[in-house]
Amino acid sequence: MTMIGLEIHCQLTNLNSKLFCSCKANYREFKINENICPVCMGLPGSLPRLNQEAVKKATIIAMALNCTTPKKIAFFRKNYFYPDSPKNFQITQLNIYGDTSVGGTGSVMIGNKKIRITRIQLEEDPGRLIYEGSSSKNQITLVDYNRAGTPLVEIVTEPDFETPKEVRDFLNILSDILANLGVADPSLEGAMRADANVSIEGGKKVEIKNIGSFHDLEKAVHFEITRQESLHSRDIEIIQETRHWDDKRKITVSSRSKEEDLDYRYFLEGDIPWVTIDPDIKKKLQAEMPESISSKKERYVSKYNIPEQVADVLSSDKYYSDLFEEAHTESNAKEVANIITTELMGLVDTREKREASKFTSTHLRDLADAIQFGKVSRNSSKNALHEILKSGKDLSTIISELDLGNVSDVSELSEIITLVISEESQAVEQTKSNPQTINYLVGKVMQKTKGKADPGLTLDLLKKQIGV
Amino acid sequence: MNLKISALDYIQEVKIGNISAEDFVAKTIERIQSVDDKLHAFLSINDKAVDQAREIDKRIKSGKKIGNCFGMPISIKDNICIKDSKTTCASKMLENFIAPYDATVITKLKQQDAIFVGKVNMDEFAMGLSTEFSAYGPSKNPWNIEYVPGGSSGGSAVSVSAFECIASLGSDTGGSVRNPASFCSTVGYKPTYGLISRYGLISYANSIEQIGPLTRTVKDSAFMLNLISGIDSNDNTTVDNKNEDYLSGIESGIEGKKIGIIKEMIGDGIDPAVLSATKDAIAKLEGLGAICEEISIDMVKYSVAAYYTITATEAGSNLARYDNIRYGYDFPLEGYEFNSYISKARRNFGPEVTRRMIIGGFVPSAGHAGKYFLKALKVKSKLTKEINEAFKKFDFLISPTVPILPFKIGEKIDDPISLFLVDINTVTANLTGKPAISIPFSNSNGLPIGIQLMADSMNDKSLLQAAYALEQTVNLPEVPI
Ligand SMILES: [Zn+2]
Repeated sequence: MTMIGLEIHCQLTNLNSKLFCSCKANYREFKINENICPVCMGLPGSLPRLNQEAVKKATIIAMALNCTTPKKIAFFRKNYFYPDSPKNFQITQLNIYGDTSVGGTGSVMIGNKKIRITRIQLEEDPGRLIYEGSSSKNQITLVDYNRAGTPLVEIVTEPDFETPKEVRDFLNILSDILANLGVADPSLEGAMRADANVSIEGGKKVEIKNIGSFHDLEKAVHFEITRQESLHSRDIEIIQETRHWDDKRKITVSSRSKEEDLDYRYFLEGDIPWVTIDPDIKKKLQAEMPESISSKKERYVSKYNIPEQVADVLSSDKYYSDLFEEAHTESNAKEVANIITTELMGLVDTREKREASKFTSTHLRDLADAIQFGKVSRNSSKNALHEILKSGKDLSTIISELDLGNVSDVSELSEIITLVISEESQAVEQTKSNPQTINYLVGKVMQKTKGKADPGLTLDLLKKQIGV
Repeated sequence: MNLKISALDYIQEVKIGNISAEDFVAKTIERIQSVDDKLHAFLSINDKAVDQAREIDKRIKSGKKIGNCFGMPISIKDNICIKDSKTTCASKMLENFIAPYDATVITKLKQQDAIFVGKVNMDEFAMGLSTEFSAYGPSKNPWNIEYVPGGSSGGSAVSVSAFECIASLGSDTGGSVRNPASFCSTVGYKPTYGLISRYGLISYANSIEQIGPLTRTVKDSAFMLNLISGIDSNDNTTVDNKNEDYLSGIESGIEGKKIGIIKEMIGDGIDPAVLSATKDAIAKLEGLGAICEEISIDMVKYSVAAYYTITATEAGSNLARYDNIRYGYDFPLEGYEFNSYISKARRNFGPEVTRRMIIGGFVPSAGHAGKYFLKALKVKSKLTKEINEAFKKFDFLISPTVPILPFKIGEKIDDPISLFLVDINTVTANLTGKPAISIPFSNSNGLPIGIQLMADSMNDKSLLQAAYALEQTVNLPEVPI
């Protein structure tokens, strides 16, 4: 049986400051080595100052993933030399001397399958290495410490996955959960990374590191299973090792350094006293926790009668579900959901597009109301939406500027209908035997008004003029 | 001008206008220039000290608000960061390290208008108890310059003892304040763990060490503690002492107090002169109304072994950052691969630091931790239990600060094991986090002997009261330099 386990690193991007100092957690907007201080640079004499908010956020994640949460948590030092690590040790958590990590065992469901979580730990991200120069001989390594000390949760799973697809599904669900909790924005570059370990029947466990994206992770796992199966079929032993994902060649390559042999000499970080998370705090965090994705979905279906599939898509993405929550009213909920899932999702499918757009929940509410009250046709609403994203102007301005409003003036519409009746005498005749034919005539009116005719009014006037 | 006055006397004299800060600091610098060639207490001198003192005088004259130190000259151990000045830890590894920030204790002392006359010598990275392991050469004991001043805060003790400053800040990981205080006949104070912020103190073994003052009198130590103690948001291990005033009530006496005499600290290997001084101190305390009684603390036997195992482990990690990539000394990086560079760069550590790095890499390693590091932690927790038990019965515990007299420079440097045993009486306070103080008590053939008192956590105030009471019974000769 194929067994795949994951180690997922997720930055707590929604925090203000780093894990142990007041430099910004959002290091992305800084010039190189400008988001640093004596603490995150590990200067002699500096001491870590634990960000209590980070502990809370990590605890929320643990609770959301159904993990046990200990009464007291502790931090440990993981000792190793690496140029991206300013202290040459990482402050992290550990469960080998008792359950002192922020989260213990838990689980996440993917469909009907349960994926067990081994533990969740809070730790600091290292700096970032930048390589310059082409050949390995002339290569220069530069270090940017802006990222050093960024709060990170590591989520470790049991080897419960059997296929690369399960891995991908899990990561999608997990990133939706994390985004929904408001602790992280997984769409940010490098905010979520994962290592995988893969073993097939009769083989040893192989770890794959250095996987840049979730997309590549699925590929890497797939490649590794194929590689191991091919070895197995030729009776070649699969050894326990660490392999790196080669981004260019899309293959895994055996690592030269034997990371499994490293001895991290873990011991308690004396500079950070144990943190007590008493039941009252947990209760409070639980109460403040945002509604879960599954509960949202259920509510959308039962309360607003939104189709299950639409509710599923809508609830799982925090950006869209937040929009929905802000824009909908009792009466327009279904229409709001419809606009989001059929139109908006295609238009703002990347973070860049979302940021560039001038769209607000007010626009969405106005648009849904306008459709419902027949002020604008569904067809014209698409044009309006495009214009809103571009200019951010309010809906009524856009309708008048682009002349998107429905033709609902009786005399204007009557004139057009008279014209259609004279042009389509055959169809008019047919309506007497086949009442459905009237829809064809409505369509013709729509054509002449570029889709702006009020559909209800058009039908009424047509029926009156033809006399059916 | 009398440079031999205490901190409290200095303040009084400046306040009433008998002396000016500028004169005193200028004379202090002259003193340093005249004696430090012989003693080598200082690694660097603050050449702006006299100017700074002049500014303080101006402010005093114009009636402006002035900090409690009134320009008092203080020396600082070279492992405590002062912004824009060299902080070397007496190591070649940090030869060019200029601290870009102030330690919390420095910030506090600056606010009180203290003047830092210079950075003082120490064993490299505070590892040692004789100051012989300084990469810049040993300091000498002012009582006899052929002898070590103790360590690792040797420069601090020498500078206070030889009147090169009024007070000094050292750090105490296993006795590094109390040991040189005892060897040089000054007061040396190691507070309860967490009472003084360690922010800006370059870590050796962070879970047990504290900054501590070295002063001429017990009252001066209480005065210093008033200025530098208290909770600090930059050090999560600090405790709130609610702005305790350690000077108030310091003359309360010790009548009726119970004092335990730790048997294991006056046992095998103790120098007869030290033993007799200790007995004398006990008699004096009894004369003041204290009740003294022997007690056995079994775990003391293992305390030094546990101490070296724990400190080596923490040092191995704390000193890992010295890879010379971000700061350190002059050694270009180009052309090296990371691992080969750092292994070359780290050869700038001296022999004692290297020895402890090697031990620190071994004792907590997989397959050995159970036999060494984890066992040491067990000793630490058992020792703490025993000491806590003892403090249910006693107010204070007494012992000589060091079981032997100061030794000659070079005498023990090649015998690290016998050097280690010098720590036997001081490491307990560090492993258990308790406050302890060394009080100058006696003198044997011109070499000082100090007595140590220890109290329960956060009983620093009553400890200083007891120390003051003992200090009043003492009449010591003047340092012969
Ligand atoms: Zn920082």
